[in-house]
Amino acid sequence: MMIDCKHVWDHISAYIDGDLDPVLRAEINKHLETCEICSAVLDSTRNVVVLVADDRVFELPAGFSQRLHQRLDEELTAGPPEQPEG
Amino acid sequence: MAGQGSSLGERFRLSIAPQADLDCIRRILAGEKQLFHELIRPCEKPIYFLLLSMLKNEADAEDAAQETAIKVYRNLHLFRGDSQFRTWVLSIARNEGLGRLRKLGSLREDSLDAETDDTTGDYTPAVLTSWREIPAEIIERQQLGEILRQAVQKLPEIYRNVVLLRDIEEMDIRETATALAISEAAVKVRLHRARAMLQRDLAPKLKGFAPKRRWFWGRA
Ligand SMILES: [Zn+2]
Repeated sequence: MMIDCKHVWDHISAYIDGDLDPVLRAEINKHLETCEICSAVLDSTRNVVVLVADDRVFELPAGFSQRLHQRLDEELTAGPPEQPEG
Repeated sequence: MAGQGSSLGERFRLSIAPQADLDCIRRILAGEKQLFHELIRPCEKPIYFLLLSMLKNEADAEDAAQETAIKVYRNLHLFRGDSQFRTWVLSIARNEGLGRLRKLGSLREDSLDAETDDTTGDYTPAVLTSWREIPAEIIERQQLGEILRQAVQKLPEIYRNVVLLRDIEEMDIRETATALAISEAAVKVRLHRARAMLQRDLAPKLKGFAPKRRWFWGRA
């Protein structure tokens, strides 16, 4: 069975996550061998996912962690957490 | 975070709390309270960005994040260990966010479902004929980081939350589903659409960031 480009696009996310059944995966791989467009779409999607996930893109505001742990310290010195019953 | 070239599918398969977390919690409950600082530290970033996504205001997100951490501490004895600790923490953060939105009157009960998964939309990618990989190193040197942040912020909230937890925090499908109280199927659908939207938005903008040199297999 030949699959078309649209069919490949519908499964790109699952393809990237390795979450496809082997038969479909093999069909997509075969399509990718000869389709420049789908190869570029797959490569760019994968690249975009990796870039967006980079540590440096989303950083906590300056001093966030310090302020959080300071507030926690107040809570921690106020009393112990509740104990499990029994 | 996603190492370049690592298989995205191989990340975090655990969905039961690792023993180290359980031991740490036991010790905190037994009196070593200061250990809580270390227990919560890996959750700080996802707590904040999930709340920022929901509340859309940095000061509110920070305050809600602090409140979440305190609630986690006070309710630590209720953690059952049947999910990862982080998943449990994020559902507390999500409830904190929902509570605040409700108080502000800005939560339509259906708002998170309003943009349902059958919303019609164009999820086709940006069509390209070649792609040269943009190396992550250049995020520091150029305005690329800002372009990436804006693209994520522009996503509708239900898609943004899934990207935040699954792609940015590298949670698995099941963890993401549990933390957001949606089905695993919904996570997959939203993730697919979110990634397609990101590719569609970003690919044309990112092309200019590609390294100048021709790769040996370059088709350019
Ligand atoms: Zn194709």
